[in-house]
Amino acid sequence: MAAQIAKKSTSNTSTYAGLGVFLMLPSWAVIGFFLVLPVGMMLIYSFLTKEFRGGVIWEFSLNAYDQFFFDRGLFGDAPPVIEWTYINIFWRSIWQAGVATFFSLLIGFPTAWFIATRTGPNKSVWLFLITIPYWVNLLIRTISMKFLIRDTGPLNEWLLSLGVISEPIHIINTSFAVQLGLFYSYLPFMVLPIYASVERYNFAYSEVAADLYASRRATLTKIIIPIVKPGIIAGCILVFVPSLGAFLAPDLLGGAKNFMIGSLIEEQFKGNAGNWPFGAAVSMILLSMVLVVLTFYARQQAKEGAR
Amino acid sequence: MLKTFKLGASILALTLAASAAHAEGKLSIYHWFEYIPQELLDKFAAEYDVEVTMDTFDSNEAMLASLKAGKMGSYDVAVPGDYMVEIMAAAGLLDTFEPSDLSNFGNIAPEWLDVSFDPGRHSSIPYQWGSTSFAVNRDVYSGDINTTSIIFDPPAALQGRINILDSQGEVLALASMHLGIPQCTTDRDQLRALNDLVQAAKPSWASFGSDIAKDVLVSGDAAVGMIWNGFSAKAREEGANIEYAFPKEGYVVWMDNVVLLKDAPNRDNALKFMNFLLEPENAAAVTNYAQYTAGVNGVAEFLDEAVVSAPELNPPAGGNGQFVMACSEDVQAVYDKIWTDLKK
Repeated sequence: MAAQIAKKSTSNTSTYAGLGVFLMLPSWAVIGFFLVLPVGMMLIYSFLTKEFRGGVIWEFSLNAYDQFFFDRGLFGDAPPVIEWTYINIFWRSIWQAGVATFFSLLIGFPTAWFIATRTGPNKSVWLFLITIPYWVNLLIRTISMKFLIRDTGPLNEWLLSLGVISEPIHIINTSFAVQLGLFYSYLPFMVLPIYASVERYNFAYSEVAADLYASRRATLTKIIIPIVKPGIIAGCILVFVPSLGAFLAPDLLGGAKNFMIGSLIEEQFKGNAGNWPFGAAVSMILLSMVLVVLTFYARQQAKEGAR
Repeated sequence: MLKTFKLGASILALTLAASAAHAEGKLSIYHWFEYIPQELLDKFAAEYDVEVTMDTFDSNEAMLASLKAGKMGSYDVAVPGDYMVEIMAAAGLLDTFEPSDLSNFGNIAPEWLDVSFDPGRHSSIPYQWGSTSFAVNRDVYSGDINTTSIIFDPPAALQGRINILDSQGEVLALASMHLGIPQCTTDRDQLRALNDLVQAAKPSWASFGSDIAKDVLVSGDAAVGMIWNGFSAKAREEGANIEYAFPKEGYVVWMDNVVLLKDAPNRDNALKFMNFLLEPENAAAVTNYAQYTAGVNGVAEFLDEAVVSAPELNPPAGGNGQFVMACSEDVQAVYDKIWTDLKK
């Protein structure tokens, strides 16, 4: 049997010999057009001179990166010191995205587990229910969240009427509201990959563990989590990375009082600043950071695979 | 799962197919949000058999960025504010026309004809003008509101309940009036004072937002909202017990203008549309909807009584309204730094 398959695959290879390049063309085109071109443009723009009120002048300049790392005072002529403004903005964004990811995992894992352990058509119904809110545009969902949590919104009125609280909890325009918004926006990106790995999990392992007197806790930490780990990590990345660049939730729920990375970048293009090279530079720094984290993860995975 | 996606895809395909329509010509408008009644667009479309499409923006700067980023050639007309007309003309984004191209050119009110940002009106026509200051919820605060201190040095009852327009130009212009310094000042002490002022005021501000400006006043999320006068009138009509202020230190006056864009794909229809908007009845329709003031003669008989008597549209005699200035590059760099530090 194995020999047969091997033989068949060799003949397949010879059938397509020489066509490989052409078969690769579509994926090269996609990668080139949607990845290399835009990122390359961003990289180039980040090293150009800014034009007053938006646009670039085609002259090489390091000003955008200089602006990110060095503070030269209000008038730009003081001796340079380290600029904390943007580092703080990055740190705030990482923290918000991290909190959102943590809570997505906390809620998403049991949810995925619950769905994966349903039987028959029920499973599809639950999955379907998870995706329904995501048919609606993110902007609309973020605004509805705002209506829910405002001081005079249904959440507060409900808690007031139950007598749980005596005056409205102030949620809107706080960082908690931003975290809540991010959590709500990206939760399914946590649930779906975890669901996919839990579904492949062979429940006989749990029975074996129980037969061998493993506690439930040990079964979870020693058997289940290691096996579904790729799903968990994929989910965390899918929630963390878009949260890092989000600007709808910070703007609408956080009151736009403090920049997050996304709104800082947006301001460079849409606001008065009109500093395109700086916007591109901030995007490049964000991209490099994410890339470093993902490369680290990929290498860890490769090492574990080799073991 | 797969079935779900298939269903979604077919619904999408159906909607796309249904939206294809036919008309003689086209007109593509780039406009502020909530600023023109749909009926008026429909009326123009029917009268001239033109298919009208419109995209919206929420700040002059956002519009400029979008046009500079490659949207030139896809729109026929846009609606920039006063100082932005000047900036766009300097950047070569505007086309010109002759007064004789518009049969209603003579309807333009004389005071809006020879304006500094477009002398003689060769690229633009007046759309609406109004003011920017702030509105205060009278259930929360009953004291004197006609001072910029309400925003920059608010009484205890209003602290933490203020929404500020997410618009650098208008905020820093109002702050300059509060300090009694000229806009776009080059004096370093004055610029430092401006920076200190907004930094000190920020803890009293609950949020920044332009498109939410009306909403937060109606819902009560904010007790004070920096806002445009017509938007404030709308908020009042929607049930907010608010009063619009004309601060003694000064307030921002602006005029929005319909401009003919360079490389307009439908130049003829663009001119027809501009001429259409200079018709008093149509200018009045915009005023009745947006509650600002038209720059066209002869609108009075078409205006709603509520608009004519709206307090927001009737500044006190001797009101201290000032246009926002476009700063030089050096000063703008300082303004940008102040704004970023404010929101860091």
